Amino acid sequence: MADASPTADDYVPPAEVEDVELYHPKSWITKWVFSQDAKIIAIQYSSTALAIGLVALVLSWLMRLQLGFPEAFDFIDAEQYYQIITLHGMIMVIYLLTALFLGGFGNYLIPLMVGARDMVFPYVNMLSFWIYLLAVVVLVVSFFVPGGPTGAGWTLYPPQAILSGTPGSGSGIILMLASLILFIIGFTMGGLNYVVTVLQARTRGMTLMRMPLTIWGIFVATILALLAFPALFVGAVMMMFDRILGTSFFMPAILEFGEQLQYGGGSPILFQHLFWFFGHPEVYIVALPAFGIVSDLLSIHARKNIFGYRMMVWAIVIIGGLSFVVWAHHMYVSGMNPYFGFFFATTTLIIAVPTAIKVYNWVLTLWQGNIQLTLPMLFAIAFIVTFVNGGITGLFLGNVIVDVPLSDTMFVVAHFHMVMGVAPILVIFGAIYHWYPLITGRMLNSAMGHFHFWITFIGSYAIYFPMHYLGFMGVPRRYFELGETEIYSQSAADLNAFITIAALVVGFAQLVFLFNMIWSVWYGRKSEPNPWRATSLEWQTPVMPPEHGNFGDELPVVYRWAYDFSVPGAADDFIPQNVPPSAVAVSDDPETAPA
Amino acid sequence: MAQSIQSQTPDSVTDISWQSFVRDWGSDQRTFKHVPWGKAMMWIFLLSDTFIFGCFLIGYMSVRMSTVEPWPNASEVFALNMFGHDLPLILIAIMTFVLISSSGTMAMAVRFGYAKNRKMTTLLLVITAVFGATFVGMQAFEWTKLIEDGVRPWGNPWGAPQFGSTFFMITGFHGTHVTIGVIFLLIVARKVWRGDYDTGRKGFFTSRSGSYDIVETTGLYWHFVDLVWVFIFAFFYLW
Repeated sequence: MADASPTADDYVPPAEVEDVELYHPKSWITKWVFSQDAKIIAIQYSSTALAIGLVALVLSWLMRLQLGFPEAFDFIDAEQYYQIITLHGMIMVIYLLTALFLGGFGNYLIPLMVGARDMVFPYVNMLSFWIYLLAVVVLVVSFFVPGGPTGAGWTLYPPQAILSGTPGSGSGIILMLASLILFIIGFTMGGLNYVVTVLQARTRGMTLMRMPLTIWGIFVATILALLAFPALFVGAVMMMFDRILGTSFFMPAILEFGEQLQYGGGSPILFQHLFWFFGHPEVYIVALPAFGIVSDLLSIHARKNIFGYRMMVWAIVIIGGLSFVVWAHHMYVSGMNPYFGFFFATTTLIIAVPTAIKVYNWVLTLWQGNIQLTLPMLFAIAFIVTFVNGGITGLFLGNVIVDVPLSDTMFVVAHFHMVMGVAPILVIFGAIYHWYPLITGRMLNSAMGHFHFWITFIGSYAIYFPMHYLGFMGVPRRYFELGETEIYSQSAADLNAFITIAALVVGFAQLVFLFNMIWSVWYGRKSEPNPWRATSLEWQTPVMPPEHGNFGDELPVVYRWAYDFSVPGAADDFIPQNVPPSAVAVSDDPETAPA
Repeated sequence: MAQSIQSQTPDSVTDISWQSFVRDWGSDQRTFKHVPWGKAMMWIFLLSDTFIFGCFLIGYMSVRMSTVEPWPNASEVFALNMFGHDLPLILIAIMTFVLISSSGTMAMAVRFGYAKNRKMTTLLLVITAVFGATFVGMQAFEWTKLIEDGVRPWGNPWGAPQFGSTFFMITGFHGTHVTIGVIFLLIVARKVWRGDYDTGRKGFFTSRSGSYDIVETTGLYWHFVDLVWVFIFAFFYLW
């Protein structure tokens, strides 16, 4: 008995449900376009999300050009600047990050990692993608309607969001709201699938406490999304009625150009509550899958089991729960009862506890590990550093008294870009470098990958560290230009120019990454099966890339957790989850034999 | 470490702490034993939908409490003149009775569905759908009457304009749910009648062969819509 793994168990209960029949596509269209295979749907989701994300990336360049070199570019005026800022935020948070983590990684990894043939309802899963695509199309259409897309800011606060002084208050805002409503409907269809697949369709031996943390992160994030998106849905429906029917849910009595409008008696604060009841869990909808994925990347590439697995799971669950009781920390300056401010500041700071547990455990996973500095590992380490940076400024902003002077300054912009922009995107990159061989059978080009990593990592700091400083100087966010003023020293303008150049360089590196992704499909080095020598089930399929139905004739049986790396006495430094204790190859080397 | 969770016969199997709760939920293959996928999915969807209706109702309460104008008196606004008397809430009482009755016929349909009694299941599903359609019809009548009285989403003759906006929005959203339910009931009724769940034809909203479980799943949705109505009834007509 060489197997010293603490979680392995030779006994596996019999199957509780029969193997399900699969939908077999009959034509090219049902196989590749209207596909019911979660892996194809995942690729469709990811490509759409990356495509629209590229639009948002270009928008950020325009924004930076204006901020760095005001009055140098005639094609950006103040109205367009607001439209750019709005669409950049909305696309990045919802249409890119949410869709990529849950629709992309969720669809690809959940069935494979829990040992299922597919999602539980592949037909509904397919509808989910097509409705998401429709939402993206509606969003894109808003660029081309008269008046352009909405310029209300990504939070769409009323009353300004629907007043005529705001750019895009014609059809722009209507299309934005319609697109959000569609997105939520589409996401719900997919989200139900992800949750039920994790709960009810695991393979034999795959208890919840043996699931890879990637699945835990995606699972809990999906539950958050299913409970948080309803608030945005309701807010969007109400604002739509305010805009189209002239109801006054969010609209107080208001004067516009000296004339009293029809509105009266509504509560703009109500929208802020609905929006942030969605908006704060949204942060964790993006962060939790990143937490989960990064845990797996660190463990696999450090050849060491994750430190404190159960604590990691509980931290994810607790963060998910707490994320529903902190939303009003986004509204300190909207005016609220001081006791509420106290309550929300307290709950906000409590989140630091489970989050810190996770960070310690990541670091302790690395400690004395056999660290392989592969690209996924580089991105994972970069994530830890970036997340700690962004998290610490979050502790500043969680306090009412510190938040009030810093509200609506560049400090806030720097904070949330670090913590929910750069950090999760670093994980996305790491995850793509990690799972690309599984999906395509080829490795991404390593030289381009290193170029991409170093530029992105260092460049992000060049962008966002100076931005904190701008915030401390009081430079406000969302301003088209600072103009002629004595308040800000010349260094503010210089820093802005520096940030812009850094942002353009980082943006260029992303184009290299996109090129690498497309180029490597055909010209990448062929990957052997399980190139990272990982333990989880997605790498144990009979063929790689996995085919329709994932696991060939028989579903795998799971005997252990996903983190049996460097088990003393075992011949290999990893034991896949589907290897029974009695079948583990024993090491001949007396050095590593069990005592 | 994690052994006590995975092992089938842990030493502490007799304890009744939260650990055994976690052990049950985290158990092998399925968290909810003997619960079909569709039913689990419907429960989670309903949880999500609860949040939607919850946000709608909280929004309604919020605007009702913050508005400075008087709120129209429900027992006058919703009164119906029958036989020469103004009867407060009479229409809504009938509507509620119809909808609650439909829950009863739905429950019976589920029972006959599991007994594979196709005739009775179809009959009861159709009766449930007819009750539902009647409810929507009466709601249309109520809307018509209110619109004739001058209630609009942006205003009404008696006070706070939010009365009309919240009323039309929330009862409209609920009515949409009922209408979708009626359509689903009729589709499932047709499939039961044709014997799809015995012959292995494609089920509803899936490309796999269906089963009689779908009757119960549809029933869950239907009972939920009824339950929501109880809250809407309480908050709009009794407050």
